[in-house]
Amino acid sequence: MSTEIAQGSDTHHATPPAGALMAQEYLTFTLGAEEYGVDILKVQEIRGYDTVTRIPDAPPYIKGVINLRGTIVPVLDLRIKFRFEQVVYNDFTVMIILNVAGRVVGIVVDGVSDVLQLGAEQLRPPPEMAFGPSGSGNAFVTGIGALAERMLILIDIEKLLSASDLGLMNSSEPATASH
Amino acid sequence: MSIALDRFHKAFFEECFEGLDVMEQSLLQLEDQAHDPETINSIFRAAHSIKGGAATFGFAAIADYTHGVETLLDRMRAGVHPVRPAEVALLLRVVDVLRNLLLSARDAVALDEMAIAETQAALTRLLDAKPVAVEPATKTAPSHGGWHIVFAPETDLFRTGNDPLHIFRELETLGPLHSEVSLADGLGLKALLAEDCRLTWTLHLETSADEAQVREAFAWVEDQCQLEISPLQVPAGLSVQTAAAASHQAEKPTSLARSRTEASSSIRVSTDKIDALINLVGELVITQAMLTQTGSTLDPVLHEKMLAALNGLDRNTRLLQESVMSIRMLPVESVFARFPRMVHDLAAKLGKQVQMVTVGEHTELDKGVIEKIADPLTHLVRNALDHGLETPEQRQRAGKSAMGTVRLSAAHQGGHIIIQIADDGRGLDRERILAKARERELPVSAVPADAEVWQLIFASGFSTAESVTDVSGRGVGMDVVKKNIQSLGGHIELASKTGLGTTVTIRLPLTLAILDGMSVAVADELYVVPLNCVVESLQPRPQDIKTLSGEHRVLRVRGEFLPLVSLHALFAIDGPEPSPQDSVVVIIEGEGRRLALLVDQLVGQQQVVIKSLETNYRRVRGVSGATIMGDGRVALILDPAGLTRTTALAA
Repeated sequence: MSTEIAQGSDTHHATPPAGALMAQEYLTFTLGAEEYGVDILKVQEIRGYDTVTRIPDAPPYIKGVINLRGTIVPVLDLRIKFRFEQVVYNDFTVMIILNVAGRVVGIVVDGVSDVLQLGAEQLRPPPEMAFGPSGSGNAFVTGIGALAERMLILIDIEKLLSASDLGLMNSSEPATASH
Repeated sequence: MSIALDRFHKAFFEECFEGLDVMEQSLLQLEDQAHDPETINSIFRAAHSIKGGAATFGFAAIADYTHGVETLLDRMRAGVHPVRPAEVALLLRVVDVLRNLLLSARDAVALDEMAIAETQAALTRLLDAKPVAVEPATKTAPSHGGWHIVFAPETDLFRTGNDPLHIFRELETLGPLHSEVSLADGLGLKALLAEDCRLTWTLHLETSADEAQVREAFAWVEDQCQLEISPLQVPAGLSVQTAAAASHQAEKPTSLARSRTEASSSIRVSTDKIDALINLVGELVITQAMLTQTGSTLDPVLHEKMLAALNGLDRNTRLLQESVMSIRMLPVESVFARFPRMVHDLAAKLGKQVQMVTVGEHTELDKGVIEKIADPLTHLVRNALDHGLETPEQRQRAGKSAMGTVRLSAAHQGGHIIIQIADDGRGLDRERILAKARERELPVSAVPADAEVWQLIFASGFSTAESVTDVSGRGVGMDVVKKNIQSLGGHIELASKTGLGTTVTIRLPLTLAILDGMSVAVADELYVVPLNCVVESLQPRPQDIKTLSGEHRVLRVRGEFLPLVSLHALFAIDGPEPSPQDSVVVIIEGEGRRLALLVDQLVGQQQVVIKSLETNYRRVRGVSGATIMGDGRVALILDPAGLTRTTALAA
C-alpha cells in the first residue's frame, strides 16, 4: 500500500520498493492551521508575495502572473483553491515557485515551515472523505505523513495543476477558457 | 559512433541544400547569359561536393545519381557538351530530384521514383549521345602527345588533408609522368612553417587521355590551387583558348580565396542559443531600466559618479541589445532566391514572358519574420504573374513590350522593412471589383476612393470561386495574405493604375521579439495595444455614445457606428469605472473589424519585448502575450483580432 502512495506522489525518480527506507524529502508549508507537503524536487524557489498582474477570464484562485526574471509565471492561491475562509496577504505570505511538467508555476501559501524526510513507514493512505470540509482539495491528497504529533497532508501538485478547470496542461484549447 | 555521425549528417544536409541552392541560382544565370565558365564551375563544384559527401556518409543512392550529373557538368565545363536550354531545364529538374533524395534520406519523405528514373534516363541519353561538335577550337581531342601541367597549390594544402603524391600516382595511371618541383621564392627561413606547402610542380604527362580525365585527378584540390593544363605540342588553334583559360585560372584563386575567408569568418550557431542570449539581454534591459528609475530619485550632486555610471550602462545595454538582435537578422535573399525559379516555371506554364527583378535582397530581417513571409510573398508573386501580367500578344496590343516585369524589392524605412511586389501588367479593374463588392453586399461608400476599392480585395470571401472573372480574379486568398501579414505585426497596401500595373507594399517590423505598443491604463493595471492595430484614439462626446438593444453600446465616429466596449467590463477589472466622458477611446482594428475600446487613460508609446503567456499558463482570449514594464511588473498585450472577434460574437 505504501508503494502505491509513493507512485502517486512522485513520477520523477524511482519508486522505493515497499518497506525499504528510501527516504523522500518534502517541503512543508501551512495553509491556515493545516500543514501540507510537496515533493522537494519540484520546488524551484521560494519568494515573498509580490504584486501580481491580473489575468482576465481566469478562475478566482489564479491570482495572475508575475515576472520571474523575465519569465511570465502564473500564480495561484492554494487557500482560495482549497476554499479557506481567511485569505490574507501579509509579510509572511509566501510564494513557492514549482517546476511541474515543464512549466513554472507559483503557489501562494501562508508560510513555509521546513524540509522533512519521510520514510515509507511514515506514509499513510489518504482517508476516504468525499464530503470533507476542503472538498475540492481532497482529490489531490495522495497521502498523510505521520510525524510524531504532526500530520502532514501530501498533495500531488501535478494532478492539481492539470485539473481541467485550471486548463494549465491543455493550453492551446480556447474552449477550456470559457468555463 | 552513430551519435557522432548524426552530428555530421546535419551539417552534411545543410551543406547539400546550400549547394543545391547555388546550383539552382547558377543554372538560372546560365539561362539568361552566354555561359560563363565560372558559373558552370560553381554548379560542378556543388554537385561534386554533394557526391563526395553522400559517398562518405553512405548515401549510395544520392552519390550514384549525382555521379551522372557530375559527368554531364564536367563535359559542359570542358566545352565538350553544349549548354543549351534543354540541358539547363534537365539540370533544374535534377536539382529538384536531388532535393527530394536528400529530404527522403533526412526526413524519410516519399521518394519521387518517377522523376528519378526519368531524369536518370535523360541524363544517360545525353551522356551516351555522341558529343556534339561544339566549335573545333574548344574540342580538346588529344591530337598531341600529352599534357603540360603547372600545379601550384595554396600554402594550406597539407592542412586540409590533401597529398599531392596521391594526385601524381593517379596521373601516372594515365601514362608516364615527369615532374619538376620549384620552391616559391622570397621566403625567409623564419617564416617557413613545416605544414605550409610552398612548392610548385611542373608536370609532363604523356598520355592519350583527354583534359577532363587529367582534371579529374585534381578534383579534390582544384579550389586550393592554380592549375594550368595545356597540350604538350600546342596546335595553333588552341593557343587562344588555353591562354584565356590560363588567365581565367589566374583570376579564379583570388575570388575563391575571398569566398573562403568569408566562409571561415562565420560560424553556425543553433537558434536556441541565440534566443537564450536575446532573452538574457532582454532581462538586462529591464534591469537597467529599473536601475535608471531608481537612479532618478537620487540627488544628482551627491551621486554624480553613480549617475554617470548609470548613463554608461544605459548606452551599453542599448548597443548590446541592438547587436544581439542583429544576430537573428538574415538577408531577405533567402526568401527572394526562390522566386526566380518559380517565375521561370510559372511563366513557361502560363505562356507569358516574364522578367524578374529583385532589389535590396541584402536587406536584413528577423529570421522568424523571414520564415513567415515566404508564403504570403509566394502568393503575391504568383498573383502578379497569373493575374497581373498579360500575355505577350495582349501586351503588344497595348503598346507595351512583350516581356513583362515583376519587381521584388526590399528596403529599410525607420524601424520597419518595406517589401514591394510590383508588376507592369494591366492593373486592377476598379469597376469589376465594385460590381463584385455590391453583388456580395460588402459595404462600399457612394463614391469610393481607389484605396478603399483596393481594400475590398482583402475582404474574406471576396476571393471565393467565381471571383470577378479570370481577368481580375486578383482576390484569391488575399484575405489570408493580409491575415498573415497582420499576425506578423505588419501592414499591406495596394496601389494600382489601369494599364500600368499593380504594386503591393508590405510593411513589417524588423523583429517579432519586439512590438511597438501603446500602453493604456485601466484602474491600476497597464495594458499594451499593438500600435499597428491602433486606428486612432479620441475623447468620446456623450452624445456620440448610443445604446443598442439596451445593453450594447456603440460609438459614432464620423458617421460610422463602432461597437463600444469598456476594457473594465470586458476583463472584469476591479475598481470603479469612470464615466465615458472621463475615459479615452482607442479605436483598434483586427481582421478587418473595428472596435472602440474604452480605457481610463493613454500612458504612452513604447517598444516592448514580447513574452509568451502560454509557456507556463495558457491562451487567454483577447490577450496575445505579456511584457515586462520598466518597473518589473507584467503588462498584458492585447490581441485586437481576438477582441474584435469576441465582441462580434457577443453582438
